[in-house]
Amino acid sequence: MIEVKNLSKSFGNVEVLQDINTTFVKGKVNQIIGKSGSGKSVLAKCIVGLYVPTKGQVLYNGESFHDMDKDQKKQLRQEIGMLFQSNALFDSLTVMENVMFPLKMFATMSEREMRERALFCLKRVKIEGQGKKFPAEISGGMQKRVGIARAIAMKPKYLFVDEPNSGLDPQTSIVIDELIQEITEEYETTTIVITHDMNSVMGIADEIYFIHNKRLWWQGTRPELLKSDNQELQEFIFAGSLMRQVRKAMKSG
Amino acid sequence: MSLLYHIGRYFMLLGEVFSKPERLSIYWKRTVEEMDLLGVKSLGIVSLLSLFMGAVITIQTKTNIDSPLIPQYVVGFTVRQSTILEFSPTIISLILAGKVGSTIAAEIGSMRVREQIDALDIMGVNSAGYLILPKIIATALINPFLIIISMFLSIFGGWLAGTLSGIISSSDYITGVQYDFDPYIVTYALIKTVVFAVIIATVSAYQGYYTTGGTREVGISSTKAVVYSDVVILIANYLLTQLLLL
Ligand SMILES: Nc1ncnc2c1ncn2[C@@H]1O[C@H](COP(=O)(O)OP(=O)(O)O)[C@@H](O)[C@H]1O
Ligand SMILES: [Mg+2]
Repeated sequence: MIEVKNLSKSFGNVEVLQDINTTFVKGKVNQIIGKSGSGKSVLAKCIVGLYVPTKGQVLYNGESFHDMDKDQKKQLRQEIGMLFQSNALFDSLTVMENVMFPLKMFATMSEREMRERALFCLKRVKIEGQGKKFPAEISGGMQKRVGIARAIAMKPKYLFVDEPNSGLDPQTSIVIDELIQEITEEYETTTIVITHDMNSVMGIADEIYFIHNKRLWWQGTRPELLKSDNQELQEFIFAGSLMRQVRKAMKSG
Repeated sequence: MSLLYHIGRYFMLLGEVFSKPERLSIYWKRTVEEMDLLGVKSLGIVSLLSLFMGAVITIQTKTNIDSPLIPQYVVGFTVRQSTILEFSPTIISLILAGKVGSTIAAEIGSMRVREQIDALDIMGVNSAGYLILPKIIATALINPFLIIISMFLSIFGGWLAGTLSGIISSSDYITGVQYDFDPYIVTYALIKTVVFAVIIATVSAYQGYYTTGGTREVGISSTKAVVYSDVVILIANYLLTQLLLL
């Protein structure tokens, strides 16, 4: 469980987030949605500690990240897996080496055990045949899978995923979404997915957090989302033609 | 932003770089790779430059002091002194700042804009240490070898140019090279070299590490890395020369 309390973040004089208060639930897919530039990534980076919030705090299982000392932070970080918008795979390492990287840095295993764990993770995301290739040699969808494999290598308690569907075709998007959902259930991770893709929201979101005007504008579940009469939320979720048709169908029963 | 801000942030980054590494064996492996990339791969350009440098000093010295009152061996002596004191340690370091510095800034900068540094931080890896420390150690270890090779080749290049063009005899040149040799100048040159190597690696890494934006900014960081490394090397050269030779 992750709690965010009174969190604000400014860059210089520009305020991006204002007084965010919420809880992200363990074993669930928590999806942060909002327009491009609304501050979703900034919120995620504040939560994982890549950015220091201007105000407020983030609690991991009740413990304030800010108050942890260096070693505690390091310990916590090993329990966090993150899939980045740009994949952030190390391009001088092979797929296999990328997945083994966190193990080599931290795990107390033999080289063989590391290989086995990495191979297990690659199998889990169904790309065990690609281990010897370099990231540049595989497709965008496969790179996402490698990113997921690397993120789960250390058996994380917290999984962060930033725009998993950007740059992917709809079919591959669904596969990646399902993978995220399955892993959340298997590992009981507190999963936070950032997206502006309504397909993904309708597909896998357990709890939805809508960021608008620097604030957490709305929070709720999928059924609540469709029923909500919040004007700005409606504008966001029914911006696409597909979702407009869904609304039409719902209204006509 | 102000110079003081950058200096402060530079030293804070260095603090990160020299804090406890996760796995020493991984750092050592990376250092060896960097020695190859940043050092061995610079050998060609350093050799070429040094040969021609020595050749030109020989010809210029000879044409400028062509007086019967000045002994012939002065040419060899001049080549040796200027090569060891200044040309090899300083000029070659400036050249290396261009080659090695831009490589370092571009590599670290593109890792930054493609979120790879964030990925390291998220895993709990000390990204500054992991990326930068091996580069500092590699350049500080390998640059002295490059500079010593440069010294030999420059002096050899001078001999080659002098004897091939017939402006000086081989024995006069060699006498000059050996004349009144004080080994301290080599020590002085190597101290400079190591300091310059650390400057190149750290200033360039700093530029790369704090890149924001995209590929265009990586290019800008790369250019800044070379310019600032050069400026800092020139200032350090002045200070070290006062400190060590006066
Ligand atoms: N490091 C930074 N420095 C200054 N401004 C930033 C920084 N990171 C993000 N921002 C600004 O914060 C706002 C939100 O960005 P972001 O969270 O990336 O949006 P998104 O919701 O698309 O993920 C943007 O206006 C962006 O320019
Ligand atoms: Mg974003």
